Amino acid sequence: MSVPKNLMYTASHEWVEIDGDKMKIGLTEHASEQLGDLVFINLPEVGDQVEAEGSFGDVESVKAVSDIISPATGEVSAVNDAALDSPGDVNGDPYGVWLAEISNVTAKRELLTPEEYEKLLEEEA
Amino acid sequence: MNLIFESSVAGRKCVQVPPCDVPEYQLPASLTRQQAPHLPEMSETDISRHYTKLAERTYGVNNGFYPLGSCTMKYNPRINEEMASLPGFTGVHPLQPEHTVQGCLEVMALAEEYLCQITGMDEMTFQPAAGAHGELTGVLLIKQYHKMRGDTKRTKIIVPDSAHGTNPATAVMAGFTCVNVPSNEEGGIDLDKLREAVGEDTAGLMLTNPNTLGIFDKNILEITKIIKDAGGLCYYDGANLNAIMGQVRPGDMGFDVVHLNLHKTFSTPHGGGGPGSGAVGCKKLLAPYLPKPHAVAGENGYTMDYDLPQSIGRMKAFYGNFLVVVRALTYVLTLGQKGIPEASRNAVLNANYMMHQLSDTYDIATKGHCMHEFIITLDKMHKEKGVTATDIAKAMLDEGIHPPTMYFPLIVPEDLMVEPTETESKTTLDEVVAALKRIHAMAEENPEHMHELPVKTVIRRPDEVKAARTPVICYHFDK
Amino acid sequence: MGSYVPSTMEERQAMLQAMGLSSVDELYDAIPSSVKLQGPLQIPEGLSEMEVRSKMEKLAGKNKVFPTVFRGAGAYRHYIPSIVKYIPAKEEFVTSYTPYQAEISQGVLQAIFEYQTDMCQLMDMPVSNASVYDGATAAAEGAAMCRERKRTKTLVSATAQPDTIQVMETYCQAANTELVIVPEKDGKTDKEALKELLDDTTACFYVQQPNYYGLFEDCEELGQIVHEKGAKYIMGCNPIALGVMATPGQCGADVATAEGQPLGMPLAYGGPYLGIMTCSEKMMRKIPGRIVGETTDAEGNRAFVLTLQAREQHIRREKASSNICSNQALCALTASVYLAAMGPQGLRDVANLCLSKAHYAAQQISAIPGFEMVYQGEFFHEFVTSCPVCPQKVMQALEEKGILGGLPLTGDKKGQILWCVTEMNTKEEIDTLAETLKEVAGK
Repeated sequence: MSVPKNLMYTASHEWVEIDGDKMKIGLTEHASEQLGDLVFINLPEVGDQVEAEGSFGDVESVKAVSDIISPATGEVSAVNDAALDSPGDVNGDPYGVWLAEISNVTAKRELLTPEEYEKLLEEEA
Repeated sequence: MNLIFESSVAGRKCVQVPPCDVPEYQLPASLTRQQAPHLPEMSETDISRHYTKLAERTYGVNNGFYPLGSCTMKYNPRINEEMASLPGFTGVHPLQPEHTVQGCLEVMALAEEYLCQITGMDEMTFQPAAGAHGELTGVLLIKQYHKMRGDTKRTKIIVPDSAHGTNPATAVMAGFTCVNVPSNEEGGIDLDKLREAVGEDTAGLMLTNPNTLGIFDKNILEITKIIKDAGGLCYYDGANLNAIMGQVRPGDMGFDVVHLNLHKTFSTPHGGGGPGSGAVGCKKLLAPYLPKPHAVAGENGYTMDYDLPQSIGRMKAFYGNFLVVVRALTYVLTLGQKGIPEASRNAVLNANYMMHQLSDTYDIATKGHCMHEFIITLDKMHKEKGVTATDIAKAMLDEGIHPPTMYFPLIVPEDLMVEPTETESKTTLDEVVAALKRIHAMAEENPEHMHELPVKTVIRRPDEVKAARTPVICYHFDK
Repeated sequence: MGSYVPSTMEERQAMLQAMGLSSVDELYDAIPSSVKLQGPLQIPEGLSEMEVRSKMEKLAGKNKVFPTVFRGAGAYRHYIPSIVKYIPAKEEFVTSYTPYQAEISQGVLQAIFEYQTDMCQLMDMPVSNASVYDGATAAAEGAAMCRERKRTKTLVSATAQPDTIQVMETYCQAANTELVIVPEKDGKTDKEALKELLDDTTACFYVQQPNYYGLFEDCEELGQIVHEKGAKYIMGCNPIALGVMATPGQCGADVATAEGQPLGMPLAYGGPYLGIMTCSEKMMRKIPGRIVGETTDAEGNRAFVLTLQAREQHIRREKASSNICSNQALCALTASVYLAAMGPQGLRDVANLCLSKAHYAAQQISAIPGFEMVYQGEFFHEFVTSCPVCPQKVMQALEEKGILGGLPLTGDKKGQILWCVTEMNTKEEIDTLAETLKEVAGK
C-alpha cells in the first residue's frame, strides 16, 4: 500500500496536500481499495463553508457509500470536475486525483504524518 | 431478448376502443400534447408472448426454494389470489357511501381484530402500503405521543447496529436523530451501552426481535424496561414476526407499537417488489394518533371514523392496499388459532434443522438455536481462498436455487442470511443442504472457478459498476 | 383447518431427532417464560378452503358494485382489457421478490425497465423510478426530493386532491418542515397568491393537472412563476389525460408524479394503486426508490440490474433521503401491459372519449335548472355543478337505478357535486343520469 511522503493524512483515510493556507484533499489508496470501484462523487460547491470533522461530501461505490470528512474549517475554493465526471480515476490513481480544495483555513483536524498513517494502516489490518 | 419497444410495429393494434357515441370535443392547442408518446404497438399475441418470455426469466417462490433472509418468502396460497379478485371487492369505488361498502369495512375490522390478537395490540391501521411505510407511521405515532404531552425534548430514536437500514432511515424521515447502539457478543443489544444511550431526549427504540441475526434477544423485557424508564416508547419492527406468532406477542414484551409485513408473515405475494401492506398496530395510549380514517363498528354497521383530532394525519390516499388485506384475512381465517402457531413453529424448526445440517460444512455466525433464520459467514473462506459470499450465492443460481440475502446484517462479514420458511418440506431442505455442500466442496477445490459463476443462467454476472457510472434507465428511441 | 406446512409429523420428528431435540419448544428457550403465551390465540379455529371461500364471498357480497359510475375524485373506473388482467397474474411475476439476483430476475428487471421507459414517454420526462406506493405518496416524496438546506418549504395548490394534500402534510410535518396551501381562485390555483407565497425558502410547488375539480391549470405559466423564484416545480398528472394534454416535460416540470390506477388497475376500494415518479436528469440521484438500469454481463450481453443503489436506505441508512425499499412492481407491470395493449392511438382514443363524454354530460346536466357549471375553465373528464336539492337526495335516487352519482363536495363547496365521466359511460347512461336529475330537481 503506497503512502506518499509529501502528503499528510487523516484517520478517516483522506490525504491532504498543504500549500500555504490552501489544502487539497483526496482519498488514500487504502480508502479507494476498501470502497471498490467508485461510481459517483458528491462534492460541495465552490464557495461553500466546510467545518473540520464535518462531512462535506461522499463517495459511492456500487454497494457502499462513505463520507468525506473535512480536514479543516474553511471555504471550498475549487472542486475537481474531472473527478466528478469519471470517478473511476480515483481508483486508478488515488494520489493523482484530488477532489476539493479548501482555502481560508481557520481550524484544522489533527493530521497524521505518512509514518503515523502507515502505522494506523498496520493497526487496522 | 428484445425490449417490447424493439418488437413494436407501427400500425399494429391490440385493443379497439368503441366509437364515440357523443359529439367529439377538442382541447385548445395550448393545452394539447405536442408529441405522442412512444408506446409499443403490438398485437395481443405479441404482448402475450413477450410477457410469457419475461415470466420465464423470472424466479418466484413457485419456481423453487427462495430462502431470502428477512423477506419470509413463504408460499402464496392461490385461494388468497382468488378471493382478492372477487368483483365484490375489486369493483368498489373507495368513495362509495358507507352503506354500500359494509363488506370492505368488515374485512378491515376482522383483520384488525385478529392481527391485534396475534400481536397483543389494541388497534390497527391498514393505511401503510409497505413495511417501511409502516415504520414511518409507527414512529410518527411515537412523535405525536410526546408532542401531545408537551414533551418536546425527545428528539432521538435508538436503533441497534444490526437493524434493517429502513429503521435509521425512518427515524430521520420522521424528524428524529438516530442513535446507534452496538450488539453484544451473542448478537443481542448491549445492555450497558443501551443504558448509556437513553435519557431525557429518548423518544423511543426501534427493534426487531428476533433480530436480524435470527436470535431472540433474551433480555427483551430488560430492554423495553430501560426505554420505558427513560420515558421512551418501544417500536416493534415486525419483519421477523413469522418466528413467534402464537408463541409470544410484541404487546406482552413491552412494545407499544408494531408494524406487520402482511406480504411476509401473512402470505400475501411480493409481486416482484410490491404491492405489500405494512399494517400498524398500537396500544391504547397511541390509538388516538392513528392515521385517519379508521374503520370502526357502530350501531348501524361499520363506519369510517374521520373524527380523529389528534391523528398524525393521512399516510396514503384512501385506506391502504385493501386487496392485500383481503388476502391476509383469507390466510388468517384458513390457518386460525392452531395454524398460526404451527406456521411459526415449523419456520423455526426448518431453520434450525437446516442450520444444523450445514454446521459441519459452513461457519454459522451465531451460537445456540436460531429462530426462523440463520447467518452463514464466509469470512474464513474469503480470507483463505478468496471465495466470497457472492460467489457462493452465484453458484446456487446454477443449482436452480434462489440465494439467501447477501451481506446483511452489516455486522457480520461475508454473510448469507438463510430463511427457509415453514412452507418448505424436509425433502426440499435436504436437497438444498446437499447442494450447498457440493458448492462448498467445489469452492475448496477450485476457488478461482467460483468467480466465473453462474454459467447456466440467461445472463452471466452483470457489470454493476458500468450501470451505476453511466446510468441508462430507459430505452432511447433515437438510437 | 388449512395448513401450508408440507412436512409430515414423521418428518418433523426426524428433523428434531437429527438435532437431538424432543420438542420444538426447546427452540424457543430464549423467550422469557413470563411472557410466553399460555393459552391459544383468541382468534377463530382455522377453516377449510371451501369454508373460507364461502365466508369471503359473503363479505364481498355485502358490498354494492354499481353497474354505472359517475364518480372519480382520485379513483377512476376505466375499461381493463382481459390481457391486462392475465399477464400480471402469471405466478412468476406474482411470487417473486425485489430482483436482487439479476441473473435469475431478468424478466422482472426488464419489465421494470420497460415500465420506466413507458413512464418517461408518457410524462415526457427523462428519468423514472420503478414506482412508489401511490399518487399521494409520490407527491410527498417528490416534495422531499426538492428540499435543500436553505429551501425547505413546500407549497401545494388548494386545487389538488385533498388526500394528496393531507399526505404531503403528514410527510412535511414528519420532516419538521412547513407546508403552505396556495389558495384557489375560480377553481384554479391563484397565481397572484402563488407569487406572493414563493420566497427564497421555498423548495417546491405542487400542482395537480387536471386538478381536483377536473379543470386544466395553466401549467406552463405556473412553472415559469415557480422557476423565477428559484423553486422546483412538481406536477401531479392524470395518466389517461396525458394521452391528449400538454405534458409535464412541455410545462417545464422538475418532478412529475401520477396516480397510476387508471392504467389498468381496478377501483378495489382504494388500493393497491401505483405511484408514478419521474424527474429531470439533474434530479436523478435524488429520486427515491428502486431504479433499474441497463448494462452488460461478463460476456457483453445486454443485462438489467437494480442501479444507483447508493441513494437507498440499505446502504445510506440514516443519511438516505427516504426509507422506501419496495416498489409496486406488479401494479407497474399492469400499467405497462395496459399501455402496450392500448398503444399510442388507443390511449389517445380513450382520453378523447373521456373528454368528449364528459363534455356531453356537462352539457346535459347543466341544461337542467339548478344544475349549473360552477367553473368556466377547460376541463378533462371531471366537472363541478351546483345542485338545486340536497345532493344526498340525488345520490339516493341514482343509487336506486344502479348509478353511483358524482361526489358531493364538502366544506365551503357543500351543496356542489363533482362528476366524472369515462369511456365506460355510454350516451344512454349519461341520458339516464340527466333524466334522473331532472326528476329529482322537479320534485
